[in-house]
Amino acid sequence: MPENNSVHLTIDGRAITVPAGTLLIEACRAVNIEVPCFCYYPNLSVQAACRMCLVEIEKMPKLQTACTVPVAEGMVVRTDTPTVHKARKTTNEFLLTNHPLDCPVCDKGGECELQDMTLTYGTGTGRFDEPKRHRDEQQWSPVVFYDRPRCILCYRCVRVCGEGMDVWALGVGNRAILSTILPNAGDHLECEECGMCIDICPVGALTSGAYRYKTRPWEMKHVGAICTFCGDGCRTTLGVRNDRIIRGDNRDASGINGEFLCIKGRYGFDFTQHAERLKTPLARIDGELKPVSWAQALETVARRWRAIQQQGGRFGVIGSTRALNEESYQLQRLARQVLGTNNIDHHRSADLPTLYDALAGTSATGSAPPLAAAASLKTASAVLLVGGDPTYEHPLLAWNVRWGYRLSGTRLYVLHHREIKLRRQAHRMAVVAEGAEGAAVRYLAGQGGAVAARLSAVGPAEEKRYPQLPPPDPQPISGGLEEFKAELEKESNVVIIFGSELRGDDIRALVALGGRLAGQTRYIGLADHSNSHGAADMGLYPDLLPGYESVSDAAARGRFEALWGARLPAEAGLNQREMAEALDRGELAALYVVGANPLRLDPVNPANLRRSFLVVQDLFLTETAKEADIVLPALAAYEKTGTLTNTCGEVQATRRAAAWPGGKSDLEIIHALARLMGVDFGRPDPDRVFAEIRAHVKGYNVSVVQLAAGRSALAVPLNGAVPHRSAPHLIRSNHDTLFSDGTLGRYSHAINEVMEKRLLLPGQAR
Amino acid sequence: MAHPLEIRVVSKRFDDPSAATLKGYLASDGYKALEKALKMKPEAIIEEVKTSALRGRGGAGFPTGLKWSFIPRQSPKPKYVVCNADESEPGTCKDRLIMQFDPFSLLEGMAIAGIAIGAERGFIYVRGEYRYLIDILDRAIAEAYDAGYLGKKLRGTNFHFDLMTHTGAGAYECGEESALLESLEGKRGIPRIKPPFPATSGLYGCPTVINNVETLASVPHIILNGGEWFLKLGLPKAGGVKLTCLSGHVHNPGVYELPLGFPMRRLIEEIGGGVQGGALKAVVPGGSSTPLLNAEEALGVNLDFDSVAKLGSFLGSGGVVVVNDRTCMVKFAKRIIHFYRHESCGWCVPCREGTNWLELTLTRFHLGGGRSEDIDVMFDVAQSILGRTLCALGDAAAMPTISIIQKWRQEFEDHLAGRPCPYEREFAHA
Amino acid sequence: MSVFSPTLDAKLTRLAEAYPQRRSALVPMLLYAQDELGWLTPEAIREIAERLGETELAVRETISYYSMLRTHPVGRYHVQVCTNISCLLRGGEELLQHCRKRLGLEQRDVTPDGVFSIEEVECIGACSWAPALQVNYDFHQNLDPARADQVLAEYRQKA
Ligand SMILES: Cc1cc2nc3c(=O)[nH]c(=O)nc-3n(C[C@H](O)[C@H](O)[C@H](O)COP(=O)(O)O)c2cc1C
Ligand code: SF4
Ligand code: FES
Repeated sequence: MPENNSVHLTIDGRAITVPAGTLLIEACRAVNIEVPCFCYYPNLSVQAACRMCLVEIEKMPKLQTACTVPVAEGMVVRTDTPTVHKARKTTNEFLLTNHPLDCPVCDKGGECELQDMTLTYGTGTGRFDEPKRHRDEQQWSPVVFYDRPRCILCYRCVRVCGEGMDVWALGVGNRAILSTILPNAGDHLECEECGMCIDICPVGALTSGAYRYKTRPWEMKHVGAICTFCGDGCRTTLGVRNDRIIRGDNRDASGINGEFLCIKGRYGFDFTQHAERLKTPLARIDGELKPVSWAQALETVARRWRAIQQQGGRFGVIGSTRALNEESYQLQRLARQVLGTNNIDHHRSADLPTLYDALAGTSATGSAPPLAAAASLKTASAVLLVGGDPTYEHPLLAWNVRWGYRLSGTRLYVLHHREIKLRRQAHRMAVVAEGAEGAAVRYLAGQGGAVAARLSAVGPAEEKRYPQLPPPDPQPISGGLEEFKAELEKESNVVIIFGSELRGDDIRALVALGGRLAGQTRYIGLADHSNSHGAADMGLYPDLLPGYESVSDAAARGRFEALWGARLPAEAGLNQREMAEALDRGELAALYVVGANPLRLDPVNPANLRRSFLVVQDLFLTETAKEADIVLPALAAYEKTGTLTNTCGEVQATRRAAAWPGGKSDLEIIHALARLMGVDFGRPDPDRVFAEIRAHVKGYNVSVVQLAAGRSALAVPLNGAVPHRSAPHLIRSNHDTLFSDGTLGRYSHAINEVMEKRLLLPGQAR
Repeated sequence: MAHPLEIRVVSKRFDDPSAATLKGYLASDGYKALEKALKMKPEAIIEEVKTSALRGRGGAGFPTGLKWSFIPRQSPKPKYVVCNADESEPGTCKDRLIMQFDPFSLLEGMAIAGIAIGAERGFIYVRGEYRYLIDILDRAIAEAYDAGYLGKKLRGTNFHFDLMTHTGAGAYECGEESALLESLEGKRGIPRIKPPFPATSGLYGCPTVINNVETLASVPHIILNGGEWFLKLGLPKAGGVKLTCLSGHVHNPGVYELPLGFPMRRLIEEIGGGVQGGALKAVVPGGSSTPLLNAEEALGVNLDFDSVAKLGSFLGSGGVVVVNDRTCMVKFAKRIIHFYRHESCGWCVPCREGTNWLELTLTRFHLGGGRSEDIDVMFDVAQSILGRTLCALGDAAAMPTISIIQKWRQEFEDHLAGRPCPYEREFAHA
Repeated sequence: MSVFSPTLDAKLTRLAEAYPQRRSALVPMLLYAQDELGWLTPEAIREIAERLGETELAVRETISYYSMLRTHPVGRYHVQVCTNISCLLRGGEELLQHCRKRLGLEQRDVTPDGVFSIEEVECIGACSWAPALQVNYDFHQNLDPARADQVLAEYRQKA
């Protein structure tokens, strides 16, 4: 910070220097002087409503709200005078006048800012001796309850819903002592159900239907896990009692998501306790799946596999987009080393190999990585979004994009075939025909002719003037893609986000476009699930080893052969679609499916399927598992320790929060099967496996200290050209929304309950 | 009919029924000031207003010329003139007379303000209850447009000024200038955090001048007759004359235009015809927001900003409410706080919760359920609202309460002994 | 189909265009709509929200702030009696009680036939002519019980 942008002031006798424009309350925080507040919340508009933060400023006749006053040169501030203490005490007392003081039965007890504040600044006894106003509690949605008497009207919920989420489902009604928070649909909420309002509520006014009255917070153990739903990789802090998860939140803002969580991260954990969760292994006996012991199940698998191997039968393996990196890594080892096949794949939703291949030929492979971390969206000067719908499919990325728009002046360019919701933050929005995104990208890259587009734009965020107003709806402007292109070409250091609409050569065009823009262009490819990106990085491809190296590249293969002391197949195997076709022709003798439901994507005639030996390892009896010969009950991500890689390529550690007595982790199962097949993978210890990944998978030599500290590390597996057989038709996104998530989402009561009650479908305008 | 002690400036056309028509207005010097202002430099208009020492008639008494000079004229944004015709301060009923009897003077004053600050658009924010005044103003505005006193190219010059009325819908707080702007933007009347002040960021974030009806209606007289002339009608530091709304226990309540510095005693005795129903006990000097004066203070004070301020109160909006000695001050305090509790916008904690607390305790207390410690608690609660709120409504609620407890504490003590209210029977009937 | 009469419909359209920003027209539109319908029905709220391109929530937030705007019906003649200080001192409370009694509204706020309703209101700006009341938008000032009876009788007659 240059000198002339700094301001010198004195707080409680201490001389401090902070950047100009800093709010006094933040200046105090910077030197660990606590100024109590309720309505102030960093990065949301200021309210000056609770009046808790009053301080003395020299030459000002009245106490001033530290949350609204920017620092000024030479300012002399006192936060520790009798007047200030008196003001805090009475304001605190005012807040308690109509507060029910039902702390013993309040969900927030123990985590309540009003309780804490009363302890520090309040009095032991109150002087208010009048009847309190009562209003019955209201249920606004399956997961949101509102208790007006407890509400202190700090308006945090209103702001986080509007400014942060761009949902604007909460408002303020009535006035004076009758003031209240209003939900948007009269007596209930119609919204994205993110629960941010509950999380940000300093008291127990907004409580969660999924958690209320279940426990006292101090009776839970709190475990930082990575959410197992979409690819964004939010940390959800799981509250666990008796080995069961009873709450998800991120109140300590400990993950890459800061304070953010969507419905899935907050409430979706309940799939782990679903009644249909598999509790024991199952084996097909007389045509029906019947419970068997683990030993029986595993031995059957090994016996059948050995027999198939002896008969020269072909194997196929489908890996998971939610399993941990360690598990995917060991799975491909099992396939290649133990089963001797490259017939391994996963549900691909982003064409990452093509992206890395395209980047290989550019200067982008220079010093800084050409991948963008999720957080970089908060500060990017410009973002280009092509396809995808982050609001519903990648809620954290959408949150960060809005953050940038609101607080950093990010100019967002959206190229899409639909009027997606992020249009409301778009500096330029171009709508093209469905399927024309690729052609539009080529045009922008200077490689193709004009594409018909409808162009619209919204003005810059004016949050300073109208914090309480939603962003304006975009206005049509003339010029089509020419204007879009001209504007975009003025930008530098652009972050480009692309959805599954772009694959194969479209991505090469996109990288060419990125190369034409000034500064460093960085990319995020949107992939569906919590470890879709990791599955790709770990080599769940028929032609790629971990780190995007070719199976037919003798040197690369040789390194892994030396590492494992075994010969690996050199020829590319079958992809997921080809395996399904082979099954249908009766040409695949065995299929091993780990945490995936491939028959949903590529159905196979059940009669043909019966001719092969199908092993499925999952949490539930999925469409695929129903057809299996052996079903192995696996653990959910929340029951395991290891690492995941989010859609941006950020590696994070997740920790075991809960237990599921009947199940085993994919890692344990894979190791056990390997041993039964005569290969010792060693102890199923995720740390050991990760050490191997760090040492041998390109891009994964990340700092374990950083991961252990709960931070993320960008893995950049760029190693020159990626010799990959591009198969655009295999890039298939589920387009999971906030209210669905592949197979998993179907087993969350919380998500389903909310979904059924929704009137406004995600993906619809506004 | 004018009282002989009055000096009628803004009220000079109140007895002329034709003044509400353009023809009648033009016949009594109407629009001469605008014609003059159209030939003046904007800075000169502001200078003239400064010279007049005109201070805002809406309650805060801020020097009008100074307020206008804060407008950043070079700003590329549009600028606005907004007239505060929300008139909701209990005890105040003057602006409605101007709008009813002399609507063109307000229109003319606003156009002149527009020229002075470079605004081409104005709004008159009228409280919702005053529907008949909106009709009168709308008719006057239509006439003024037809005759080129509003609209594009005022009287053939290069100045433009568009003007329209805007109705409120029942909210005292929308008289507070920033809450008024929010309301004018179609939102809840929650005041804004200041700074920025309306002069730099007002309506739609643009530079805006907000003035009371009487303030703006004074402007044509000042431009026409000169700032010096206006100044000399009153006192050196508080020029001019001011409408005073006399109400309560007097024989001749009414609205009177008096020079600043006029003695309160003469107002009550000579103009008001003396206290009705008993002897003088208390006077609200400037609307219900101002600390009350006791009889002795009231009879010794002159009605100007500084003299009233010396007694710790305010001239406010000119609402003088006279209270006789058969009135229960606890009940009076309760009625005042009831108003503020009802009208608090509810945004900030001390005002929202404090006014509720005070009303509940005062009600119980007045009904005979008081305890001796209540008096100090109420006093402390009021003190804890004072100076700690976002807008001045909090102060407005606290100050009268504080003054009543301070000056009539004995009446509170009496309530502890005699229950229910020892003064109840004494209440005057009309 | 608009829930408003053609005249009001045209007026509301004019209002929505009259301001630099559309939302400014909200409070006037609501009040004029209420004048015609008697109260702000859910249909009226929805239509006004649509006309201004605002959410219903935003409209409800605004409505619930203002004392004059209501989301429930009142009588055809809505009697609003001021009891604020100037009126109080000159018998405002007694006037209120008197009107309630005269209208049979001691226990309720709207007469069964829907003709009259009553409300205690804050200062209506008639302090120097206290006590005062308003029936809908009409002021009646310098009242005493006898004159109040007269006023009410006139409205009864019109009904
Ligand atoms: C709670 C509150 C209510 C107010 N009500 C009014 C009002 O009804 N009319 C008015 O002119 N000013 C009112 N004011 C004062 C205005 O905020 C503002 O000072 C005034 O309109 C400025 O005009 P002036 O400078 O011409 O007086 C009120 C202030 C507060 C704090
Ligand atoms: S002081 Fe009262 S009226 Fe003013 S902002 Fe605070 S709550 Fe609203
Ligand atoms: S106090 Fe009743 S009209 Fe003013």
